[in-house]
Amino acid sequence: MREEPYAIKIDDLTVAYNYKPVLWDIDLVIPEGVLMAIVGPNGAGKSTLIKSILGIVKPIAGSVQVFGKPYKKQVDKVAYVPQKGSVDWDFPTIALDVVMMGTYGSLGWIKRPGQKEKKQALEALEKVGMLEFRDRQISQLSGGQQQRIFLARALVQNASIYLMDEPFQGVDATTEKAIINILKELRKAGKTLIVVHHDLQTVPEYFDWVTFLNVKGIASGPVKDIFNDDNLTKTYGINYKVAVNK
Amino acid sequence: MTNAQLEIQLIAALVAVACAIPGVFLVLRKMAMISDAISHSILVGIVVGFFITQDLNSPLLILLAAVTGVVTVILVEFIQKTGLVKEDTAIGLVFPALFSIGVILIAKHANDVHLDIDAVLLGELAFAPFDHLIVGDTDIGPKSLWVIGTILVINLTLLILFFKELKLSTFDKGLAATLGFSPLLLHYGLMTVSSVTIVGAFDAVGAVLVVALIIAPPATAYLLTDDLKKMLLLSCFFGIFAAISGYWVANALDASIAGSMTTMLGVVFLLVYLFAPKQGVFSVFYKERQQRIEVSLLVFLLHLQNHQEKEERHVNHLQEHINWEKVKAKTVLELATKNNLIHISENIVSLTEKGQEFTDEALKYITTNKETAIEELKDRFFLFRG
Repeated sequence: MREEPYAIKIDDLTVAYNYKPVLWDIDLVIPEGVLMAIVGPNGAGKSTLIKSILGIVKPIAGSVQVFGKPYKKQVDKVAYVPQKGSVDWDFPTIALDVVMMGTYGSLGWIKRPGQKEKKQALEALEKVGMLEFRDRQISQLSGGQQQRIFLARALVQNASIYLMDEPFQGVDATTEKAIINILKELRKAGKTLIVVHHDLQTVPEYFDWVTFLNVKGIASGPVKDIFNDDNLTKTYGINYKVAVNK
Repeated sequence: MTNAQLEIQLIAALVAVACAIPGVFLVLRKMAMISDAISHSILVGIVVGFFITQDLNSPLLILLAAVTGVVTVILVEFIQKTGLVKEDTAIGLVFPALFSIGVILIAKHANDVHLDIDAVLLGELAFAPFDHLIVGDTDIGPKSLWVIGTILVINLTLLILFFKELKLSTFDKGLAATLGFSPLLLHYGLMTVSSVTIVGAFDAVGAVLVVALIIAPPATAYLLTDDLKKMLLLSCFFGIFAAISGYWVANALDASIAGSMTTMLGVVFLLVYLFAPKQGVFSVFYKERQQRIEVSLLVFLLHLQNHQEKEERHVNHLQEHINWEKVKAKTVLELATKNNLIHISENIVSLTEKGQEFTDEALKYITTNKETAIEELKDRFFLFRG
């Protein structure tokens, strides 16, 4: 049997904080080129799943492979957009500088960013519609603008896989549309996007692939096949009814 | 100025700069108080180092003391990780214990040597010129100058080499980790540099005051700039300024040099805290007042636009109906008149054309809630900026 090309393959992954498992025996194959939502209730381990793919969280069992190799060997192929609240926005720097941080990975230790990196950052800012705010102190940006800056920073990493932790949290409808359009464009360019998502209503509209997660993996597959009340109920515990437009 | 005076000021200025560099990152990482812990617990390292080397000038002493500093950080983190106590409590548990071990060791075994508690707490900058380093037969200057000078060169080199990495891991640890810049390595690197710096500065300003040199200049600079590089430069400047002015204050008052330097750090911070152009107390107070009046003006103009009836537009109505006190009503009226937004005839207020336009634009801003709109509005209808 021939194996489908996949971006990320997770085998028997278990992560625990102290004795409490946060992720339990997850097996997951994420095909290349999908725009995938990870959905699940609070405490389901969605962020932890992303962090263990990135090696920020150490699993107690199991393995993660990125294009067939451990993440450590594929650092430059993966871009990460953390939750907006994970950093201190009072940090003394401007929007452009934060976006340039995305180029640090390819620069490596000691080497400084130069004109080339600045150009990349400006292009990314333009893509997310934030060019005019490039010199703005980051604390002076609105929540949606901060999220776009994070997205731009991931864009300059020019990765093959994008991992995003709740990019729509606390952003207005306009920004949400702008972000999803960029994500769809990235998918068209063959990138794989993995997004922790909360708003179940928009899953069928935004994503083509979905993973249901609640400590254990519930289901994973194309939205049109598996995004149904049955899986939602299994994931959220209560009898869930979502208006899925078909 | 005598040679000794010059030497003291030079040492103080170098200490200030050497402290400001790690200080900026400690303050931004919200770890300022860890410097307090390090500065106290290194005493044990110094004492133990002295027992081993029997020489207060040995570089091994500095090394052992710096190791104690890093051990302090590890202990604090270890206690904190158990989840049983919070970080500040963990700091408070670790350093007094280590410091007091140092105090007991000095009292028991080192009473006869030149290592006393006063000097530990306050430093002995005034004596620095008496302790020159002699190589062969030549006097190459005060020992402290060489120690702190070396540390400063190391700090500057590391800062220039790893500025990007320090910035990234301070701002976003998660991204640093995913890009392959180990935040743990950078964290302990910074802790080592801080420890070495504190040990070097310890000689000059003592355990308590070194904390002020690490925290106060960055805290002051943080109020003035949004740029990390400028924050570093300003921190160095404030440190040097406090060091030199503090020396002359001490000179005039015939008081402790380290004490005066720290007092100057406090004075500089207070001045900036009060008068900083953007974030200072007075400026914020003034801006908030302006904002309140501008909002009141908007409310008033919208009211005029909404009501054509004369009784709703009477000058006295402002007080009676909108329920504003006299002063506020007067300020708003004056501001509107000055900007040609309204005209008043027979005590009836009407919007001018410009007032009409302004109100429309403002309404658009309020309903669309676009941040850029208000900036443009401010540029075109400079209310207070005129």
